[in-house]
Amino acid sequence: MFEIGLTHYLIVSAILFSLGVLALSIRRNAVLMLMGVELILNSANINLLAFSRYKGLALEAHVFALFVIILAAAEAAVALAIVLHIYRTNNTIEADRISALKE
Amino acid sequence: MTADTLITLVLIVLFVPLFSFALLLAFGKRLPRKGDVIATGLMFANLALAVVVLVGTLNLPEAAPIPGFPHEPPQASFTWVDFQSSITVMEQDIPLRIELGVLLDPLVAIMLVVVMIITALVHLFSIGYMKGDPKYHRYFAYLGIFAFSMLGIVVTNNFLMMYAAWELVGLSSYLLIGFWYEKPMPAYAGTKAFLVNRIGDIGMWTGILILFTSYGTFRFDEIFAYIAAGQLPFGSEAWLTAAGILIFMGAIGKSAQFPLHTWLPDAMEGPTPVSALIHAATMVAAGVYLVARTFPMMSGGALIVIASIGTITAFVAATIALVQNDIKKVLAYSTVSQLGYMVLALGVGAYTAAFFHLVTHAMFKACLFLGSGSVIHAMHDGLHHIDDHDSDAQDIRNMGGLAKKMPVTFATFLVATLAISGVPIFSGFLSKDEILAGAWAFGGLQGELSVLIPWIGFIVAAMTAFYMFRLVILTFLGESKRPDIFAHIHESPMTMKIPIIVLATLSLWVFYSFNPFSGPSGWFVKTVETPVTVTGDQWYPFSHGGVHDTEHEAVLDMEEHDAVHGIETAVAETHAGQETLAHATHEAHIPAMIASLLLATAGILFAFAMYSRKLLDPDRLAAKLRPVHTFLLNKWYFDEIYEQWVVIPGLLAFTRITYWFDAHIIDGAVNGAAAVTRLQSRISGLFDKWVVDGFVNLVAYVVGFFGILLKKTQTGRIQAYIAFVLTGVVALIYLFGIFR
Repeated sequence: MFEIGLTHYLIVSAILFSLGVLALSIRRNAVLMLMGVELILNSANINLLAFSRYKGLALEAHVFALFVIILAAAEAAVALAIVLHIYRTNNTIEADRISALKE
Repeated sequence: MTADTLITLVLIVLFVPLFSFALLLAFGKRLPRKGDVIATGLMFANLALAVVVLVGTLNLPEAAPIPGFPHEPPQASFTWVDFQSSITVMEQDIPLRIELGVLLDPLVAIMLVVVMIITALVHLFSIGYMKGDPKYHRYFAYLGIFAFSMLGIVVTNNFLMMYAAWELVGLSSYLLIGFWYEKPMPAYAGTKAFLVNRIGDIGMWTGILILFTSYGTFRFDEIFAYIAAGQLPFGSEAWLTAAGILIFMGAIGKSAQFPLHTWLPDAMEGPTPVSALIHAATMVAAGVYLVARTFPMMSGGALIVIASIGTITAFVAATIALVQNDIKKVLAYSTVSQLGYMVLALGVGAYTAAFFHLVTHAMFKACLFLGSGSVIHAMHDGLHHIDDHDSDAQDIRNMGGLAKKMPVTFATFLVATLAISGVPIFSGFLSKDEILAGAWAFGGLQGELSVLIPWIGFIVAAMTAFYMFRLVILTFLGESKRPDIFAHIHESPMTMKIPIIVLATLSLWVFYSFNPFSGPSGWFVKTVETPVTVTGDQWYPFSHGGVHDTEHEAVLDMEEHDAVHGIETAVAETHAGQETLAHATHEAHIPAMIASLLLATAGILFAFAMYSRKLLDPDRLAAKLRPVHTFLLNKWYFDEIYEQWVVIPGLLAFTRITYWFDAHIIDGAVNGAAAVTRLQSRISGLFDKWVVDGFVNLVAYVVGFFGILLKKTQTGRIQAYIAFVLTGVVALIYLFGIFR
């Protein structure tokens, strides 16, 4: 019988991580790159919870995961604000074209 | 009063002038009246203390004799330097150390009073004389250090302190003679006095070192005791004589004896009260005092040298004084001549007479100098009034008839002149008569050439009376030679009159002996006993018909004495030669007195005949004896001879050598050091530039290189950074995979 184990979670998490990295490396759009970051963070969350579940840990992993979610939210807020500001000043959010720290 | 109290008082007397010096030097300008009253007051208080010491000393119970002292004097010493090693003297190990201390015998007590009388009166006189001088307070400070130095010579009980005070006197005389150093002559005179004295001091120090090497002590009593016990320096009589003569060299310098007398007349460039101080009680008396102090260790060989030097000095100086025209120069040469008398007296063994003459001479010579100061002061004012800045205020050819305008100065000057000429009822007669009697006795006992000593002594006595009265007549009597100045002459103020009156009073006989014709019956001669010589057979033999040895044994009343470091020393209560001499002196007394009286009268009458009555015109006489007159006027050409034969070939050549040494060796060493330093700094500069800076630059270069290299990666493109990070992560994973 096919039973879902730790390996499966890890495979899902690896796929998510790779997709996130891929998005971060390839996409030019800053917002989409941020979404890649979200994918990476959440793949790490899956990893944490999977280990927690299968290695018999108490609530430590859950706390970590919650922290990650909160941090991700905060990061998204800050990053989106920066992106918005970049758009206002540079009139674009293409990451390739924003290579100078000042005008 | 006990001896300890007296010693304490002596120390106070010694240090009061030093205190005055320090006080005036530090605060002189801010003190009321620039401190002159304070200094003078201190000196008079000190004089009172000195008198207390004298009275106390005379009332001390008589102690037993020790070698070199008629009675053991109270002493106080402390160890100044302990060398922590020892010296073998008389087969005993003596710890080698230097002791400083004071002693108190009648000689010291009398000298304290004499020095303080002159010092105090000179202070008082200077208030008037130095009025308005810009360096007024410093002048009084210098007087203080001078008095301190002289008292240091007087109270010491060892040669080292004596030498130190000796040099201090040299220094303070330099300061005072050259007091008006902004004028060239006083500056030269001060330097000359200092340098000429140094020649004598070298000999003195050598003599002291001979004694110190032999005995390991500087103390008089210990040295005398060793000599008395038969321990001679280096075991040789010649060394004892040499030590005596070398120590006497110090006296030749300080007491202005031939051939080092040339500094004293030049020292007249100093202020006149200073001349009085130097030439009466302090500096020149120091030499005589030194010989008196060391008299017990002077062997016959040394004494005959001393007597000869004294005789030559007395004669040479008296002849020069005959023709001088500067009032102070005449007095200066008379001082030299009288000092010659004292040294002569010590040389012939007339110890008491020499010291007696030192004291009486101090009084009347100080009176003469201060009197001349009073005259010069008046002459200066006179010249100032008539706006004459070329005439010499000290030239007696500009004076004459001053007695009418300056009665007090004249009277005191006359008293002092009578005293120095050896006229009865004045002090000089008593002491000079003693000296002549001693010399006469000596000449008779010693025979041969020694008879010249009393002969010259008598001739000098006549010359002294002559030149002193010449001075008095030309200065005070007759008609004035410069009526223009004479009109403005005035008597000096009270501060200047009191000292000369006091000194003239002290030139009377009554202070020394109640019998005006007999010095030996007075307290002075009785107090200052001649110490028995410790040289034994080395003294003048004065033997008569071979009885000498047995007689010697008989009078050498041996007595065991615990003198120094447990060495048993014989104390001779008498000495055959000295006894013979004393006896002969006693016999020579009356004839010597008559002869000196006749000669003094002759001198005085001759002076009146020449300068007052004009029976013999001095100018025509001078013209007739032109070569002699010129010779004397130029002071026997001593200065010229020294210049020609000593200064130019000796000193100047030596100076050139030292100059060359300075220019090449000393400067060479300095320049060499500079060159080495420059070389070293150049090397260290190069090291800095290439090694230290090079290292710093290398670091910067390496950092810069990597900066250039790595700045290429800083593109600003986020995805490039992400790619780097990923590459890095992958690389790390592989690394950890490989090196697990």
